[in-house]
Amino acid sequence: MKNILGRRSRSSRDQPDDLWVKCRKCGHMGYRREFEVSLKVCQKCGFHERVSAPERLEMLLDSVDDFQPIAPGMTSTDPLGFVRGGVSYKEHLQKYRDSSGLPEAVICGIGTIDGRTVSIAVIDFRFLGASMGTVVGEKITLAIEASVERRLPLVIVSCSGGARMQEGMLSLMQMAKTTAALGRLHREGLFYASVMTDPTLAGVTASFASLADVIMAEPGATVGFTGRRLIEQIVKQKLPDDAQTAEFMQNRGMIDLVVQRRALKITLANLLALYVGPKDDPPANLRAPRQVDAAVGGSAADGDI
Amino acid sequence: MAALSFEKDLDKIRRDIARIRESGGDDDSRLERISTLEKQLENRTLQVFSALSPWDRVQLARHPDRPHTLDYVDRIFTDFVELHGDRHFGDDPAIVGGPAKLDGRRVMVIGHQKGRNTTENVRRNFGMASPEGFRKALRLMRQAEKFRLPVITFLDIPGASPVLEAEERGQAWAIAENLLTMGELKTPIVVTVTGEGGSGGALALGIGDRILIQEYAIYSVASPEGCASIVWRDHKFAPEAAEALKLAPADLLRLEVVDRIVPEPFGGAHRNYDEAAEILKTYVTEELDALASMPIDKVISDRYEKFRAMGRDVVDTLAVGDYDGQAQLGAQGA
Repeated sequence: MKNILGRRSRSSRDQPDDLWVKCRKCGHMGYRREFEVSLKVCQKCGFHERVSAPERLEMLLDSVDDFQPIAPGMTSTDPLGFVRGGVSYKEHLQKYRDSSGLPEAVICGIGTIDGRTVSIAVIDFRFLGASMGTVVGEKITLAIEASVERRLPLVIVSCSGGARMQEGMLSLMQMAKTTAALGRLHREGLFYASVMTDPTLAGVTASFASLADVIMAEPGATVGFTGRRLIEQIVKQKLPDDAQTAEFMQNRGMIDLVVQRRALKITLANLLALYVGPKDDPPANLRAPRQVDAAVGGSAADGDI
Repeated sequence: MAALSFEKDLDKIRRDIARIRESGGDDDSRLERISTLEKQLENRTLQVFSALSPWDRVQLARHPDRPHTLDYVDRIFTDFVELHGDRHFGDDPAIVGGPAKLDGRRVMVIGHQKGRNTTENVRRNFGMASPEGFRKALRLMRQAEKFRLPVITFLDIPGASPVLEAEERGQAWAIAENLLTMGELKTPIVVTVTGEGGSGGALALGIGDRILIQEYAIYSVASPEGCASIVWRDHKFAPEAAEALKLAPADLLRLEVVDRIVPEPFGGAHRNYDEAAEILKTYVTEELDALASMPIDKVISDRYEKFRAMGRDVVDTLAVGDYDGQAQLGAQGA
């Protein structure tokens, strides 16, 4: 597995021989193997531990073997010459490359979900808090453009602390860039499903993550614009524990579905069937409403509609 | 007039001039003293304003006397009708907008609005807009498209309102919707950063065909304090963050985030509202004229390309051997 997906999550890498894993939320000690089998969801309290982008792709794609990555080696060049306390952003980036095994915070490419080809992007929180700089913005845009050019549905699994400070205004402008690309996708009648995972905040929520046909989130994921710490600093009072959870935001009408991790793939597959039509339909039929109707009524093979 | 630390010298000279003027009489020695002081003021202003640090610029952009959107609206446009409400929940006084005329040309003008005193600032939430403000702006932009009015926006916001109520009403969703709509709005949009261009709340009025910035305005991915608390883990490093963020107009021009810098009166826009407005009007009019001569489809496709290009040329590609994880994805069998 390591050959295919590279380094796994930090916990399994740092403690490869550790048989036990402790839930970050309830403290439950469980067998690591069972924890992995349950897709890193605590078997006692249901807490969804963060997963890396390679792990996520392995969970969602039919096979990672035929995944065709988009711009896999893209990296930032430190356009501002950003320095903090004598440490340059370039050195900072190298540190995160070394610790994550990834060149940047997002993996994009073409893969299959339940037999359907999709353009998919997955953001990895381990890389500088999954912040969006020029590379994340450019690669997400390339994934959207691949979706438009090849007439494929788009799936983006997001997490992010927000825009990347070290690339300044160029980071902020990635919100504009990704959003403009999504405008084209929507005009072309293509389907986009957004999955918000812990945490999805600030510039990512305020751009591509919330502009989907269907917005899903994992249980308990923090979703919002301003982070809790800043809100608490400003209003000088503690927020309720459930503020900005996926469930809280669903309750406020911002999210369509809160989906358990183990149900994520089948939910995506079902939505693809409902919005895109039968698997064997040529992509050109994506825009024909009658074809979509037919798919909803007559395609039992595509799932339990 | 409130003065910033680096303006204090200048203010002292100004006060001296005023005192001598008020003392009456018009003997030569008095006039001579005034003229010496005026010369001194000019030299000192030049000196101060030619060596502004990024942190000084942050202070200037936030200057309590800096003209705000409605100050410019009064001076640049006629027949302005301020419209209210987002038709969903409320009216946000931190964003103002409505139809107006610019030398007879019908336009839609929208901008962030800070208060001038404490009472007004409380009402306007110090210019920190709520989802209702962004949705009001969206409503006005759609109107502008319907009636083929060019949109003129003024950006001056510390940041979008960071309170739970704003979260509950979809702050992020409101901003995202504006970005999407402005990206494809079928009417020209001229954006000017007039004060603090603070993060997503600024960008939510900031997608356009031409992006102008006033000489002493700033435009930043986050407030320097916010950046300092994220990167330095301490908001007290805000001056260092201001330096690192490259938020001054000349830096932004180099990064191709803005198209043009709009000069301000000697000593800053807060020294002379009328002159600041006159210059701004000239620049905005030039941009509108240029855009009006283009077919709208071309305007929109150019707008797409403008934002599509942002940051595209500052990325690089690593060789496969320089990172180990992702390269193998799909490249080998299981």
